[in-house]
Amino acid sequence: MRAFEYVSPTTKEQAVALLASKWGETEVLAGGTDLLALMKDDVVRPRRVVNIKEIAELRGISFSPRAGLRLGATATLEELLAHPDVARHYPALVQAALGITSPQIRNMGTIGGDLCQRPRCWYFRAGFGLLARDETGRSLVLEGDNRYHAILGNEGPAYFVNPSSLAPALIAYGARLRIFGPRGTREVPVERFFRIPQTEAEREYDLQPNEIVTEVLVPPPPAGMVSATYEVRHREALDWPLATASVALVLDGGRVRSARVVLGQVAPIPWPSPEAERALVGKTVTTEVAQAAADAALQKARSLGKNGYKIQLARVAVRRAIERAVQEGAR
Amino acid sequence: MAERNRVEVAEYKWPEPERRRLIGTRVSRVDGPEKVTGRAKYTYDVNRPGMLAGKILRCPHAHARIVRLDTSAAEKMPGVRAVLPLKKVGDEILWAGDEVVAVAAVDEPTAEDAIRAIVVEYEKLPHYVLDTDPKAAGERARPTAEQIEGDPDAAFREAEVVVEGVYGMPLITHCCLEAHGSVVEWEGENQVLVHISTQAVSGIAGQMAGPLGVPASNIRVKQDHIGGGFGSKFSPDSWGIAAARLSKMAGGRPVKIMLERDAELMVAGARPSYYGRVRVGAKRDGTVIAWESETWGTGGIPPTSALPLPYVLRIPNQRKRHIAIVTNSGPARAWRAPLHPQACLLTMAALDDLAAELRMDPLDLLLKNIGLAGERADVYREELQIAAELMEWKKKWHPRGDPSPGPIKRGLGVSIHTWPGRGHACRCDLTIYPDGSVEVKLGSQDLGTGTRTAIAIVVADTLGLPLDAVRVRIGDNQYPPAGGSGGSTTIGGVSSAARRAALDALDQMFARVAPLLNAAPEQLEAWEGRIRVKGDPSRSIAWEQACARLNGMPLTVRGENPGPGELTTAGAAGVQMADVSVDIETGIVRINKMVAVQDCGLIINMKTAESQCYGGMIMGISYALFEEKILDPVTGRMLNPNMEFYKLAGLADVGELVVHMMTGEKYDRRGVIGLGEPPVISPGAAISNAVANAIGVRVPFLPLTPDRVLDALAKKGGSHARV
Ligand SMILES: Cc1cc2nc3c(=O)[nH]c(=O)nc-3n(C[C@H](O)[C@H](O)[C@H](O)COP(=O)(O)OP(=O)(O)OC[C@H]3O[C@@H](n4cnc5c(N)ncnc54)[C@H](O)[C@@H]3O)c2cc1C
Repeated sequence: MRAFEYVSPTTKEQAVALLASKWGETEVLAGGTDLLALMKDDVVRPRRVVNIKEIAELRGISFSPRAGLRLGATATLEELLAHPDVARHYPALVQAALGITSPQIRNMGTIGGDLCQRPRCWYFRAGFGLLARDETGRSLVLEGDNRYHAILGNEGPAYFVNPSSLAPALIAYGARLRIFGPRGTREVPVERFFRIPQTEAEREYDLQPNEIVTEVLVPPPPAGMVSATYEVRHREALDWPLATASVALVLDGGRVRSARVVLGQVAPIPWPSPEAERALVGKTVTTEVAQAAADAALQKARSLGKNGYKIQLARVAVRRAIERAVQEGAR
Repeated sequence: MAERNRVEVAEYKWPEPERRRLIGTRVSRVDGPEKVTGRAKYTYDVNRPGMLAGKILRCPHAHARIVRLDTSAAEKMPGVRAVLPLKKVGDEILWAGDEVVAVAAVDEPTAEDAIRAIVVEYEKLPHYVLDTDPKAAGERARPTAEQIEGDPDAAFREAEVVVEGVYGMPLITHCCLEAHGSVVEWEGENQVLVHISTQAVSGIAGQMAGPLGVPASNIRVKQDHIGGGFGSKFSPDSWGIAAARLSKMAGGRPVKIMLERDAELMVAGARPSYYGRVRVGAKRDGTVIAWESETWGTGGIPPTSALPLPYVLRIPNQRKRHIAIVTNSGPARAWRAPLHPQACLLTMAALDDLAAELRMDPLDLLLKNIGLAGERADVYREELQIAAELMEWKKKWHPRGDPSPGPIKRGLGVSIHTWPGRGHACRCDLTIYPDGSVEVKLGSQDLGTGTRTAIAIVVADTLGLPLDAVRVRIGDNQYPPAGGSGGSTTIGGVSSAARRAALDALDQMFARVAPLLNAAPEQLEAWEGRIRVKGDPSRSIAWEQACARLNGMPLTVRGENPGPGELTTAGAAGVQMADVSVDIETGIVRINKMVAVQDCGLIINMKTAESQCYGGMIMGISYALFEEKILDPVTGRMLNPNMEFYKLAGLADVGELVVHMMTGEKYDRRGVIGLGEPPVISPGAAISNAVANAIGVRVPFLPLTPDRVLDALAKKGGSHARV
């Protein structure tokens, strides 16, 4: 790891002032479970690291039936799991966090860090950049080994998958992010926070280099909402899911009034599927209906050569998440 | 030994069952508390005064020529103490990660900065890293001579059923949790001290002497504990020699080079891949009569050798061909039971497919043909029966393809394996001190198998003392030389040498105390801390009192293996069964249960013997389901040199593990046989067979990942084609 300056401000104003206005010069440090690995692998080389864990207002989790859920950016994944209201009202979020199967990572890793963690694409992590091109400009992902890469939103130039397990669940619940920067506070729906970079200079999310995520706001659960996450994972031990789906359905007399279906690990961004949502609305959920929604969600999926199997896995994840939401919601 | 002239050879044997208080019981490791409290020091933990950090610049290309190499900027950096080019301009690099320059600096970050300041320009050359298709490999495919036994053509004509299939497993890496490495320092002009993570404490000095130009006698090698070797740690390695050279350049200051995780996975381990097309011919009653195989695979640059096929069962008529594929990947190293897991899969999967074709229970097919296993046929028969009971095989087994509804299919698989495991050459010095304490010294190492404990058990039981009366010192090449820990030869070597030393020492003790007890030496025995007259326990003397008769002079006796008496032999036999569930919608395989039934002759420590079987099954589950050294066709680099995409099984992945060790007169009689390797051989085959039994089709290649399982299901038959 290269030498760097470490600063630990206690207010968000100080933090933002310490961050550079150009990517690459400074990095935000939360739990460090990803940042440290990125620095050791020389993928990022900040000259200054800004610790945000000493900023009191970034901490904590609270819930009220009126305002919904507020997740501080530096609340840990373990705090999320331990919170009784989260478990009661937002099971898809808990099921997503449980998939991060290392207690060590859940103890250190934060909610903001989970959303802002960088892709695990092995070319990116080996120093070939987010777009994973060699010196002649050709895509290593397309020509090389893409078994873990994107099956949706993979028209290019980016082919990595968004790694966050929490993001699909948060999007399904309609959560917003609060972001603080030199010009004050702004809010973005989590769904619009992520984006597919078009050049190597862009990040995969909507943050300026001197902005930080301060909190996540999840609306109160509407009456009749059932929700769940299903992930397909190769290993039970600490492992990245191969495909996930988070769904939130509002049921009205057994019929789906509204639906959110969001896939994870399949595209450079968490992937909401309006097609699946349309296949559900107005219907009573049966295996056939869930299957039709799953098929619709993956209709536009495309193999890059070695990742075709992920289409099937994602389809299963969507169907099983829908079934799980309805079954567990009925209890 | 000369003093033992009254003794015939036959007296060097293992004690009868009623004379064993420790041998064969479940003894906890003597170094267990040290390990679990973190007091045990591994090479990684060795930090010497004034130590420098060594780092290595590695070539990022799989095939290249160095056209420019400039280390001047690194040499001038403050804190850099030595820069040592390991390659020169014009040299050809044959795999990604090969060493180019080594540096030593005052700390790791400075060494890393120095590495980054080195300028190397490469001319990239075409590389080749694919190993699954010999036809695509062109001149990199090197066929070896065909081997024929019996009359395969006639036998295949005579066969009533012939099955053909393709099976195999990819390159994997050793992934030692303690990386390879050493701390080396010069103590004066001509004296070198080496702390090294090694499987061969007594063998390292000889390998370093030449390159360093120092007599081997001047090289001191030490290691207390090792964090895994699995066959990959017999040599000082180029980075160990580099550490020594850097130390010399830096005026003798200790230099530590432990590989980083990515280097560990890239260059310090590789089990060769093997794939094969296999045909088996049989009679309708299941009698196997013909074998034909064409195999291929890679171990990097040096061509791989042929596999021991067909495995365990000597099918009378055979034709075998092998094609070694030479690729730009780091050199292969011995991996726990070299060649056996691969040969086992190719054979046991083919036989399992034959059983499916015959609509026979594969357990019955194995039993029917077990005579082909030769000498150990009876052992296998007994083991197969025990394993079947522990697995409830007959109750749970169904013909290929679980007919139950729903996406989760369950299946059973079986496999058998063998391993030689005769004890290696080993010497030890056993010293009895006048205060009664006992010490054993040998230049051996504990690979994690419990070697210290085994030696203590043998010596304590022979001398009639409790375990904690014996102090075992290993891990230093100043002790009598002992073989490397490879081929599962350590337990047989150290226990036999220790037994002989203890028997000889006891004879000398008997000679000294016999007059006191009014008996002849051969009438004496050592039992529960006393030396006493056989048949008359009232005439006895306490061990400490007997030792006081040494007149202040410790008694040291040398024990050796090989030596008189047959204390260790070869030929362990084992059986494993797997019970798996497969989700046919996702291709995910889960292990429900595995059973290992294993023979290893006389068991010294039941607890650590069982541990080897548990560990072997876990490691086997890992390579059956997860492990693969993924080489990128475009860059030629390993894509997963980390613990996140080089997947190892965790505890949640291994299911219920059941171990049964074979014991009794018949097994004891064969003496001690090695056990480190055998239990890791069968899991791949047993699990592959269980998956085929569950889902109705063969998944040809390990690891059994979702993509491979789904692909086999989609093709409705994988490789298992009727002929
Ligand atoms: C083997 C392994 C398996 C894993 N499996 C999963 C999984 O299945 N699902 C999953 O979701 N995660 C998984 N993780 C990732 C883990 O959840 C993340 O590393 C963790 O959540 C990151 O949180 P952190 O607080 O440690 O972030 P840090 O490492 O501190 O930061 C990560 C990144 O986010 C930025 N950042 C952090 N907080 C903020 C903020 N408030 N504002 C702006 N930028 C910020 C940092 O600058 C950095 O770039 C896995 C990790 C490992 C090592």
